[in-house]
Amino acid sequence: MGTKHDENRLEYEETELRLGLPGGSLKREFSQTIDLKLNLNASMASSSSPHHQQEKITAKPPAKAQVVGWPPVRSFRKNTLAVQKDGCGGESGTAAAFIKVSLDGAPYLRKVDLKMYNSYQQLSEALGKMFTSSTIGDCGVKELMSESKLIDLLNGSDYVPTYQDKDGDWMLVGDVPWGMFVGSCKRLRIMKSSEAIGLAPRAVEKCKNRA
Amino acid sequence: MCLFQFQSVMNYFPEEVLEHVFDFLTSHRDRNTVSLVCKSWYSVERFSREKVFIGNCYAVNPERLIARFPRLRSLTLKGKPHFADFNLVPDGWGGHVYPWIEAMAKSGINLEELKLKRMVVSDESLELLAKSFPNFKSLVLVSCEGFTTVGLAAIASNCRFLRELDLQENEVDDLKGKWLSCFPESCTSLVSLNFACLKGEVNVVALERLVARCPNLRSLRLNHTVPLEVLQKILVRAPQLSDLGTGSFTHDPDSETFIKLKNAMKNCHSIRSLSGFLDVNGRCLPAIYPICISLTSLNLSYAPGIFSNELIKLICHCKKIERLWILDTIGDKGLGVVANTCKELQELRVFPSDLYGVGNTAVTEEGLVAISAGCPKLNSILYFCQQMTNAALITVAKNCPNFIRFRLCTLDPIVPDAVTNQPLDEGFGAIVQSCKRLTRLSVSGLLTDQVFLYIGMYAEQLEMLSIAFAGDSDKGMLYVLNGCKKLKKLEIRDSPFGNMALLSDMGKYETMRSLWMSSCEVTLGGCKTLAEKMPWLNVEIINEHEAGEGEGEASCDDRHRVEKMYLYRTLVGPRKDAPDFVWTL
Repeated sequence: MGTKHDENRLEYEETELRLGLPGGSLKREFSQTIDLKLNLNASMASSSSPHHQQEKITAKPPAKAQVVGWPPVRSFRKNTLAVQKDGCGGESGTAAAFIKVSLDGAPYLRKVDLKMYNSYQQLSEALGKMFTSSTIGDCGVKELMSESKLIDLLNGSDYVPTYQDKDGDWMLVGDVPWGMFVGSCKRLRIMKSSEAIGLAPRAVEKCKNRA
Repeated sequence: MCLFQFQSVMNYFPEEVLEHVFDFLTSHRDRNTVSLVCKSWYSVERFSREKVFIGNCYAVNPERLIARFPRLRSLTLKGKPHFADFNLVPDGWGGHVYPWIEAMAKSGINLEELKLKRMVVSDESLELLAKSFPNFKSLVLVSCEGFTTVGLAAIASNCRFLRELDLQENEVDDLKGKWLSCFPESCTSLVSLNFACLKGEVNVVALERLVARCPNLRSLRLNHTVPLEVLQKILVRAPQLSDLGTGSFTHDPDSETFIKLKNAMKNCHSIRSLSGFLDVNGRCLPAIYPICISLTSLNLSYAPGIFSNELIKLICHCKKIERLWILDTIGDKGLGVVANTCKELQELRVFPSDLYGVGNTAVTEEGLVAISAGCPKLNSILYFCQQMTNAALITVAKNCPNFIRFRLCTLDPIVPDAVTNQPLDEGFGAIVQSCKRLTRLSVSGLLTDQVFLYIGMYAEQLEMLSIAFAGDSDKGMLYVLNGCKKLKKLEIRDSPFGNMALLSDMGKYETMRSLWMSSCEVTLGGCKTLAEKMPWLNVEIINEHEAGEGEGEASCDDRHRVEKMYLYRTLVGPRKDAPDFVWTL
């Protein structure tokens, strides 16, 4: 590395035009770095506190989040990851979202993990399977022995699937996009339509129309 | 035999022989070279050339292209500068494909393949394309924008012999139309279909039927709206797939559907490339274990929902992986597992998962060192990391002298060596010194002029260099311009390089494709000088701020710093489609 390096050095020093930077941003930072180094104790040397280091040294440029186009990630990727985060209600993808499910007339409640499913159809399928268990005794629910019949009923007019959202309101299942539903649903109740009269009659109509 | 002797011998052969010989030259660089030998070679070459690559759509124009290569069948065009990917180029800058398609259509070019990158593609362009070229077979759009599903419907409806429709990371306005249903029943020629970047739902019945009637389908990448049960049905119909992009991959692992999926997967013996998982539940991943052993390419970089330990379990099955794209949620520990398992690894990309926060999940220099030690065939890396050290880079350089592409991106653009607090000059210096075949380099972290001295001295094969927040003075840029003889693309942002460096060797830019400089020290005067002296360059200034009443004069002041400059060599002078905010000097 020796000779060539020195030659280059010589050439440039002769013709050097120093362009002083307005405010001398980056150059100054480097010397700030050197100064800081002398004051740093052993704890800085450990790689477990890089963030701590960065806080001390970085005055300019602005904090990470404000630098346009940094880190250099394609906007398509950025947007996709952002949407994925939102869709999960701000939680990581595999954090479960267990909620209680009640079916009017069934002896006990069940729990489902909404994150397991990707559509209302899938959820409906799973619920159908769940509530045809032979442990459901005769509480007026005997007719729900077949999975398809239950799904029919869920989609049909005898039952209205409703859910309670974050605000505590009881809503009709199916109005909002799946991701949004998963993010806001706190519990599910599959109501008999006779009970649903108490709900906005529109809700019952909607359900009937959907079948 | 030297070229002259060879040439004179060759001239005794009829043109058909020359043409036949040229057929063996597939690389466009080789063909460009032979065309320069003499007039007759130029002539034979141009009439026999079918594939043309144009790295900057404004370097030539459609008329010249068609005049020179009348037998053109396959065209690749690139539009916007690379930094457009990171929002540094305003909307409306340019890169429209329509004039190209229009010109080729008018001239009766028998276009069969079109590959576009970073271009603006309107629905009108797609419609014209679909209707003008009866033998059209392959459309590949990468990072493009400007079209909707209406344009896709036109392609599907009209391209009777379509083999390939490959949409990679485009911004598509999904009007939730029925584009997929537009493939007629007579379309049975599809080999590759990739619509992973679309946001809207597709007609899944139409999709299943399409897959069923295309026996040559090898590559299929679904979007996130295609549920797992549909994937299962598709795999049953198309077990011959070699490249699969799953849609959503989340389901109750105890369900019947899921069991059917597992069985269908086991039957897919040809899958070598896997991607997607745009919506994933980690507990569903075991379904893919049976195919992992044969995988050579795996892209999990759009699956933030997979926990590190699930990822690690998955990786353990992937012994033949050559190309791996993942998120930094894998962690250093996970990279250690990759290093122990993936001995065939050639290309690794580790993307950041947390773009807005501080990110405790990021990887560090440890992961990179582990990979370099464990994967002897590694030659290409893109690594976003929380921190880096010179020692680590020096070790990596020693372990992996075969890098062709080395792109390191520290999440904090000017972070110094995490241990010594020094700039990362020595580390990158070691990389360029050791990796004699390096053609692409991106540097980051705290860097002085010294790193550019090393790059200029050692990076003899370097063609593309990306610089951000680096260097102290013009010397830095000068080292690079003087030293890197094969440099084609140089892009610089937020670095203190000014007119002295810009103007030191103006002829250099005619040997390069392009130069981008933003938030540097070059002034309007410097750019004007360059533009004046170099007629074969377009020197474009992007001026995003509306020249207001008082500002108008100030921004025309030659001493004023230029916010964004993009210059490129061209045969056809200033472009006519430049928007208001782009001045060609």
